[in-house]
Amino acid sequence: MPQNDLTTRSIPTSRRTPAKEAEMNMHSMTVRGKDRYKSGVLEYKKMGYWEPDYEPKDTDIIALFRVTPQDGVDPIEASAAVAGESSTATWTVVWTDRLTAAEKYRAKCYRVDPVPNAPGQYFAYIAYDLDLFEPGSIANLSASIIGNVFGFKPLKALRLEDMRLPVAYVKTFQGPATGIVVERERMDKFGRPLLGATVKPKLGLSGRNYGRVVYEALKGGLDFTKDDENINSQPFMHWRERFLYCMEAVNKAQAASGEIKGTYLNVTAGTMEDMYERAEFAKELGSVIIMIDLVIGYTAIQSMAKWARRNDMILHLHRAGHSTYTRQRSHGVSFRVIAKWMRLAGVDHIHAGTVVGKLEGDPATTRGYYDICREDYNPTRLEHGVFFDQHWASLNKMMPVASGGIHAGQMHQLLDHLGEDVVLQFGGGTIGHPMGIQAGATANRVALEAMILARNEGRDYVHEGPEILAKAAATCTPLKAALEVWKDVTFNYESTDMPDYVPTASVAM
Amino acid sequence: MRITQGCFSFLPDLTDEQITRQVQYCLGKGWAVNIEFTDDPHPRNNFWEMWGLPMFDLPDAAGVLMELNECRKVYGDRYIRMSAYDSSHGWESLRLSFIVNRPKDEPGFRLERHEAAGRNIRYTTTSYAADRPEGRRYG
Repeated sequence: MPQNDLTTRSIPTSRRTPAKEAEMNMHSMTVRGKDRYKSGVLEYKKMGYWEPDYEPKDTDIIALFRVTPQDGVDPIEASAAVAGESSTATWTVVWTDRLTAAEKYRAKCYRVDPVPNAPGQYFAYIAYDLDLFEPGSIANLSASIIGNVFGFKPLKALRLEDMRLPVAYVKTFQGPATGIVVERERMDKFGRPLLGATVKPKLGLSGRNYGRVVYEALKGGLDFTKDDENINSQPFMHWRERFLYCMEAVNKAQAASGEIKGTYLNVTAGTMEDMYERAEFAKELGSVIIMIDLVIGYTAIQSMAKWARRNDMILHLHRAGHSTYTRQRSHGVSFRVIAKWMRLAGVDHIHAGTVVGKLEGDPATTRGYYDICREDYNPTRLEHGVFFDQHWASLNKMMPVASGGIHAGQMHQLLDHLGEDVVLQFGGGTIGHPMGIQAGATANRVALEAMILARNEGRDYVHEGPEILAKAAATCTPLKAALEVWKDVTFNYESTDMPDYVPTASVAM
Repeated sequence: MRITQGCFSFLPDLTDEQITRQVQYCLGKGWAVNIEFTDDPHPRNNFWEMWGLPMFDLPDAAGVLMELNECRKVYGDRYIRMSAYDSSHGWESLRLSFIVNRPKDEPGFRLERHEAAGRNIRYTTTSYAADRPEGRRYG
């Protein structure tokens, strides 16, 4: 009885030497004609899923997987299996393939490279024909690419590292409902990062107390406040209470400062109907922005993005849950892929790392995420983990959000690592200020404006950062207090996810 | 009250020397600098009056400062802001904007609340100064 298990199907190395295997793998081994469709099992690499001479078309979707085969499994066969199982293959030959243009629909693995400094791991490049995907559907894209293969027995681990999305496919998506440019125009804020804070404690505040935090933070100088991912509608605060008190706070702070302010009202709920109801109420109250969590699912995200576009609403996405599959280097889906999918799906804000804060994020990898959010064209940058040239075809830009364990004393580093088009969210760094929430907000705003001023004046703000902050603090007591209380707070831990390629210094020159 | 629109409103008012350095930064980026003034600084008043056209192709910030001082002579009792426009693809929008002149007294805004159905409240922000006709709002 045939078994659905590649290790027993593939020819053991005892019959083929590794050298012989490698030699054979350099060429297409695809069985053609009548023999291809003989009943029984055939190695994936012989079924047409390994085509080393294939040149991807401009319209192909390309996926890069990190494949870790089980011991003794030929990496080419393992990679071909990934191509097969993420497109047309099943474990045995089926005659019904012959009713289709099967060669077109077969995903083709065309390149397999050993991962530098990682024995046993391989980068497999796989090209998929555009016709394999429904236009404008992340659900369909992800069901195809990551739907089935990640539990495949012959693999120890599998990670989707990056994807090249052809312009022909990008153009089938709406993209960010608002985009960075229009968000800045609506908010009337140019030339500096936006400032935010997540309301703390994240659970337990009543609507009235919650609104108090929002008011203090916005009046003190922040542009945005934010609900946390799990603030939905609980016994201590039902959603309508939160929305009503938050909008009182927003409007009051707006009048007190003369600036546009916003608070991300989290509309995440158990059903689409509930989410639409909450979003409609946010709109009725005049909110400029709403928020959803990644855990609502790709289809719900796309629905909310369309709603946001129709209703002039900025859409913030909290990437709740992503670390369950993005963090480990050997298995899962890289966040750069999630970032690409979310730009297609149409959110305006996405949490993308802080580098210096409390959550995972190596600087080079984070830089890659930020480029994916903000640029119209991403050139291949292996040192940032960006494996493909990606054209976004004027799809709106997505504003990255830096949140988690950051404070005013790091302003120069934040500006250096993250640039100007980013929302810097100081939750604890605002609300935990010894002189109160308004003072905390003011400290952050003054630190930010002083740093932008210095950068624009051409100063070496990265090195002179502490000095620039100290000078600004001389006329701003809240900043002085912030610098004092958080001066020694850093989060220096080794990253679990970083690029596999490092730039080498040029020898000539 | 101090209106905190623009990039540097939380810092002490910029000196002309500081303004010059910001303008020079913008010109270095190839952005056109624009001077605008208003006596209706409502947060959603996007269209302040333009002091001439945006200054394209200017190499030196001194020219912009000259214009600013001319504008101040006429509208020194109002808000004046400087903004920098980037015409490159994908932006075609402002890249920096900051206030360079304020009225001596800033009266600020009134928040009106209209109680609507349920607990809903409709908010309107109005400038105290805008009760008077344009040109007679400050002093």
